[in-house]
Amino acid sequence: MVKGVAITGMGIISSIGNSVEENYISLINNKAAITTIENISTVHANSIKVGEIKKTNAELIAQLQLDKESNFSRTALLGLIAVKEAVANAGITSINEYKTGLISATTVGGMDMTEKYYYDYFENPEVRKYIISHNCGDVAQKIASEIGLKGMVTTISTACSSAANAIMLGARLIKTGKLDRVIVGGTDALAKFTINGFKTLMILSDGYNKPFDDERKGLNLGEASAFLVLESDEIVKKENKKVLARVSGYGNANDAFHQTASSENGDGAYLAMKKAFNVAALDPSEIDYINVHGTATPNNDLSEGRAILRIYYEKSVPDFSSTKPFTGHTLAAAAAIEAVYSILAIQNNVVFPSLNFETPMQEFNLTPQTTLKHKNIEHVLSNSFGFGGNCSTLIFSKNK
Amino acid sequence: MRKTYINGTGCLSAQKTFDTVFLEDAEWNKNDNVLFLKKPVYKDFISPIASRRMANGIKNGIVASAYAMKEANVTNVDAIITGTGMGCIEDTEKFLKAIIDNNEEFLTPTAFIQSTHNTVGAQIALTMQCKGYNFTYVNGAISFESGLLDAKMQIEENEANSILVGGVDENGDHILSLFKLAGYIKEDRKEPYQLLNETTKGYIHGEGACFFVLENEKKESTYAQLVDLEIKNVLQEDEIETEIIDFLKLNNLEISDIDAIILGFNGDVEFDSYYKNLAENAFANTPQIYYKHLCGEYNTASAFGLWTGSKIIKTQTIPELIKSNSIERPAYNTILLYNQLNGKDHSFTLISK
Repeated sequence: MVKGVAITGMGIISSIGNSVEENYISLINNKAAITTIENISTVHANSIKVGEIKKTNAELIAQLQLDKESNFSRTALLGLIAVKEAVANAGITSINEYKTGLISATTVGGMDMTEKYYYDYFENPEVRKYIISHNCGDVAQKIASEIGLKGMVTTISTACSSAANAIMLGARLIKTGKLDRVIVGGTDALAKFTINGFKTLMILSDGYNKPFDDERKGLNLGEASAFLVLESDEIVKKENKKVLARVSGYGNANDAFHQTASSENGDGAYLAMKKAFNVAALDPSEIDYINVHGTATPNNDLSEGRAILRIYYEKSVPDFSSTKPFTGHTLAAAAAIEAVYSILAIQNNVVFPSLNFETPMQEFNLTPQTTLKHKNIEHVLSNSFGFGGNCSTLIFSKNK
Repeated sequence: MRKTYINGTGCLSAQKTFDTVFLEDAEWNKNDNVLFLKKPVYKDFISPIASRRMANGIKNGIVASAYAMKEANVTNVDAIITGTGMGCIEDTEKFLKAIIDNNEEFLTPTAFIQSTHNTVGAQIALTMQCKGYNFTYVNGAISFESGLLDAKMQIEENEANSILVGGVDENGDHILSLFKLAGYIKEDRKEPYQLLNETTKGYIHGEGACFFVLENEKKESTYAQLVDLEIKNVLQEDEIETEIIDFLKLNNLEISDIDAIILGFNGDVEFDSYYKNLAENAFANTPQIYYKHLCGEYNTASAFGLWTGSKIIKTQTIPELIKSNSIERPAYNTILLYNQLNGKDHSFTLISK
């Protein structure tokens, strides 16, 4: 196996907690947070449940001590909270001391403000400050500016695999020496736009999402943000840094099948996992836990399950679970929060439970881990797939 | 470390930049503050059934990439990397408007699906059945450069031999009116828009789709070598010159080695000074080129800039229409591009023969 890129910090905010610690406590205590939506007024409020962070924008602004006149979208507010925790966790005090970058990921950007003020912009000059916030890149710009980062700042948007790709790019930038340190992750706030979009695609569950269950009826949307700090081994050595885990493998491939549906045999997913194993120089049998994409849509779980079975052809599939019953599907943030959960699994030697599972799928023999399981975890594989056939796999490994 | 070559280009813009040599049919439109893309014959590239509901950005991306692949004489690539500031903004607006006007009822998914930023890259992949790496960057004015950097890194590291990389953005009615409201786009007026000698706030807006095939080998179709590039989120006006000198030094070059500089002037009096300082001082003796009077400003307009630079190196000519000074060089072998938008998202791109 390869050594992988050192992860020295992480930060997260999701419906199950406002910090890494809070998220972990929820995960080991089966404390899911899929609820009725409160912060957005939508006609679907009674027919859907979401993984919503129960803090208003005003509360987030106060927590971040931002100027009340600032023009942060909710996506940027959530992003900044997670980035600040990650930077503090990595013990960084001087952000530009090394060649540092920020790779963010988002699908909605400032859509929450655009949909709120779509027509108001013409009447009310006071809200026009949010026009520029619509742009996805504005989120990363704002976060960089708040933490004083000057350097390479960019944003990836590949639907629900976005943050996996941000982590992948970050790892490559460290490996090639283009950067010494990089903050990577993703952020997405709930918006009427995505709620209605997924509604029209008829992949929203009217109850609680049940990944890999024969009776699964779709996903719950969620909102979240998570970021990791990746650092070169030179910095780790020089500053004697604690390494939380390592990004050892990564792969991205395209299903090239359909804009919003996955192929029956999960070609893209299979190729992404294959690439990740190649990069990590690991055999699939060395994986101790798979944090599946597991959105609980009929299509995803079937396609992902088949791809996993192709990888583990005639071998046993490791323990796997989807953490989306806890948080909902947080789109561009999904792979980032699941990266944090993968690292927590490695640090604490646990497999998190796949909640709400009852009946195995008829198409294959795959049963997720439904209770918290303690065992040694060396390597975790995390899948994230998105619209446009975008398939990404990350492998996290214990620091040796 | 392997070198990266630009082996094919496909450019759709407000000018006729396809099926032409180099801007011979270009016309400077001084009457409008928003420029619209000159449409190709879509049915030569996409079946009319497929293109009926397809967003303009997707269609333009598919056509521009087809031109680039044809020029490079490749039928598939190892990776597709797209940059877009706003994605398919027309569909985004369509879906948003439907949500608001119909109180979240009677919606259909097409516009939502196409609004996803990576739709262009995904549809290009689908069209050519490319199962390789597929990334989309969405970070304002460096969306395209992020893709270039990624592609270059993959070629250098032996991860890919041939990569399609491009920038695409489209005009949307609502966003254009919002940009006018916020003062990003110049006010409507009767007097002609001059770009270089403007005294007012705001820029001339545009749209385009420009793709490149990058490969690890030099071949007959090669335009230029992509030598290096750098991205910086913020720079003070007085830091730019030092930044450029350092960037050139990393590549063993000095300002005098640059045969032409391509600057992103967009007519905005507030931020064009970033370019003007360079033009009047450090690069006063260098041939200077501007291009946004032809394509307009948009998040991936710098892809048009790279297309311009590639054409100059290949044809060894600079059309009068894009010269902003009269200095000439016997040969154009090394070209530097500098771009930023609203003082943010700075990029330096170095290409050579």
